[in-house]
Amino acid sequence: MCLALPARVISLDAISQSGQVDLGGVRKTVSFALLDEVAVGDHVIVHVGYALSRLDPDEAAQTLALFADLAAHHAQDAPDIPSVQGPSEGGA
Amino acid sequence: MSLAKPGYVRPLDLKHGRIDLTHGAGGRASHQLVQEVFHPAFARTWTHLQDTHGQPWQPGSDDGAVLPMPTNLPAGHRLVLATDAHVVSPLFFPGGDIGQLAVHGTVNDLAMMGATPLHLTASFILEEGLPLADLVRIARSMADAACEASVAIVTGDTKVVERGKGDGAYLSTTGLGWVAPGVRLSGAHAQVGDAIVLSGAIGEHGLAVLSQREGLQFESPIVSDTAPLNSLVHAMLGCGARLRVLRDPTRGGVATTLNEIAAASGVGMMLDEAAIPLQPAVQGACELMGLDPLYLANEGKLLALCHPDDVDTLLATLHAHPLGTQARCIGTVTEDPLHFVQMRTAFGGCRMLDWLMGDPLPRIC
Amino acid sequence: MKYVSEFRDPTLARRLAHKLVDAVQPGRAYRFMEFCGGHTHALARYGVLDLLPPQIQMIHGPGCPVCVLPIGRIDMAIELAQRPGVILASYGDTLRVPASRQLSLIRARAQGADVRIVYAVDDALALARAHSDREVVFLAIGFETTTPPTAVALQTAEREGLRNFSVLCNHVLTPAAMHAILDQPEHVPLDGLVGPAHVSTIIGTRPYEVFAARYHLPVVIAGFEPLDMMQAILMLVAQVNTGRAEVENEFTRAVSLQGNTRAQALVHEVFALREDFAWRGLDRIPHSALRLRPAYARFDAELRFGLHDRSVPDHPQCLCGPILRGQRQPMDCKLFGTVCTPDNPMGACMVSSEGACAAHYAYGRHRAHTSTTAAPTESTPT
Repeated sequence: MCLALPARVISLDAISQSGQVDLGGVRKTVSFALLDEVAVGDHVIVHVGYALSRLDPDEAAQTLALFADLAAHHAQDAPDIPSVQGPSEGGA
Repeated sequence: MSLAKPGYVRPLDLKHGRIDLTHGAGGRASHQLVQEVFHPAFARTWTHLQDTHGQPWQPGSDDGAVLPMPTNLPAGHRLVLATDAHVVSPLFFPGGDIGQLAVHGTVNDLAMMGATPLHLTASFILEEGLPLADLVRIARSMADAACEASVAIVTGDTKVVERGKGDGAYLSTTGLGWVAPGVRLSGAHAQVGDAIVLSGAIGEHGLAVLSQREGLQFESPIVSDTAPLNSLVHAMLGCGARLRVLRDPTRGGVATTLNEIAAASGVGMMLDEAAIPLQPAVQGACELMGLDPLYLANEGKLLALCHPDDVDTLLATLHAHPLGTQARCIGTVTEDPLHFVQMRTAFGGCRMLDWLMGDPLPRIC
Repeated sequence: MKYVSEFRDPTLARRLAHKLVDAVQPGRAYRFMEFCGGHTHALARYGVLDLLPPQIQMIHGPGCPVCVLPIGRIDMAIELAQRPGVILASYGDTLRVPASRQLSLIRARAQGADVRIVYAVDDALALARAHSDREVVFLAIGFETTTPPTAVALQTAEREGLRNFSVLCNHVLTPAAMHAILDQPEHVPLDGLVGPAHVSTIIGTRPYEVFAARYHLPVVIAGFEPLDMMQAILMLVAQVNTGRAEVENEFTRAVSLQGNTRAQALVHEVFALREDFAWRGLDRIPHSALRLRPAYARFDAELRFGLHDRSVPDHPQCLCGPILRGQRQPMDCKLFGTVCTPDNPMGACMVSSEGACAAHYAYGRHRAHTSTTAAPTESTPT
């Protein structure tokens, strides 16, 4: 649920349990009170001013590879299917 | 024993003074504001004006400004009037202030009609307690903006409201311009097949103001794009492209403006999300705040609808002008009895782009 | 933007769309519920629905905390906001939800109630610190994603000895709502569930195992981006085709089996289960919502201000209830697009940008009407 975005940690203050994150060049101060461990350079999911979880870069890479793998697999095995052109004009 | 100096009025303390209720009462204090703040600031905007005797024009202290009409206007020209009010908070934001907005807003309204702006009026509703230094800053900003747009600020009014009844300052400007015969731009003139051109990246003004309120910081700050578009429009009108509609997407953003045009012209539209110019930092900030940049205000951009064969010419003209370097063709006018504005998403699907509903309240979920 | 842009890649989207076309069995219908309002919004906003083969139908679930907030609870918030000396702080989403007597929080504000929009609960704490002569009440809503921040805020208020801060708690629980959907008398046939992204970062994947086991329903936890959703739908199709019913995790980069145990512990410290709670559209569900523990009683706005819960029925023609339960679609509602629009909403589904009606109105009403009983009429991607 809900608007939560992955952002990169650029600074940390252990005492206040907060720090700055960056998303596409935008910086915001968030709280890390909900995370056990976090380091500068990590990516975290931010929701209503709090970091909820760390993003695992290996798992992210694997998930992306999964999308691409399936695509490669499909290109090998599948019969000829016309390419998807997107919706027709007018959205019928 | 000393005699009071005749006619002596202690000058306003422009460094540390504040607006109080006497400044709006129409008496000596109001007069001082005009003489010590507004006239000195706006004087450079009318240096090119002459009165009916060929002498340099002076504003005088009458209820209205008498101005000769320019003598070199083409036969069949028409007059255009436009007005705009500004209530932005904060008054000063990255990239601009309320003064610039007030001048650019009305100049741009005239420009969207294809008109050359001539003169502006300026009305101020000031809150008791506004620092005079801020007012001077605003007035100078207005003068700078007016000079850049080659327009004179020739008359105005000041009122003061009690502390707590205003956000520092509300400004309203009205502009007079003229439009050449044969230039007929209107939101009702879009035709099926027309190209939709956007002059540059979106969302910057809305975000520059919102980010101040929300305490966002940026690696490279998002600044308001507020700018006078009349010279750009002048170039566009002269390039030979068959222009149907010009509109600046201010409050409500590109999405709302296109819906207005679609409804007025009785057409639909299909946009291409990937073609819409957008700074990464604006996109990031919008993601973080749950906003859609297509609904944020722009104060230095325009939408132009033109005959499809003229797109390349129009784009070349835009690209050659400093305010149009990022211009793109972002879509097409379609036949649609329901007047929907739709968009092919960068992802590959299709979605509607509806009118702005209510205020863009940042969402959490 | 890292971890965002790659998961919106249109080339991969087209290929996943191909794979979906391949995977669905021709004569078969697949009905999946995306529980989470954020997923409903993403499906509409990115036009993912256009890329799904017609055999797949997505049913919108009740995972939108604004949508399921009963009118009576908003009335409570409005009543509080109208009391002199009270500042009511709320997330922006809740402001336009219509409540009783033609009021909403934003209309109450226009009438003089002090209602402030906050982006984060910490903003409400800041208001309390800045206005020690006023009572600041935070209107807390949200599923398990939003609850931990409220817990942290309450602990902070405790630590600082804030005397003018309280919370009107409406935090609700995902698994309980899922049970209610699956147990409802007017049975909604479902072939699988797309599990929420960010709720799952907190609660982990373990709580969903009961749905696979007891209801024999495939569950795939999906990330928030459109490619995540398409991949998750593909995984559901594969389970249905092979007769499996398991909990699978597509959002492995952020979700684990046990979830965020620190956040869970914090929530457990501050909140306890309510016996039951009224959900808009779902009636009373046992053990589905949270209240403050006795140790935090002085921060509980209901106790502090002696508020009483009143049950208030929806507009008789509003279909929000059946829509939240997955029994109807927005286009089935007589009020949709006529009397009820985002500008003038009659029910919560139209107010919240994640509500099924708002999503459909804003992004999808150019699409032909589809009802729950008829076959989908969207054309196949060609």
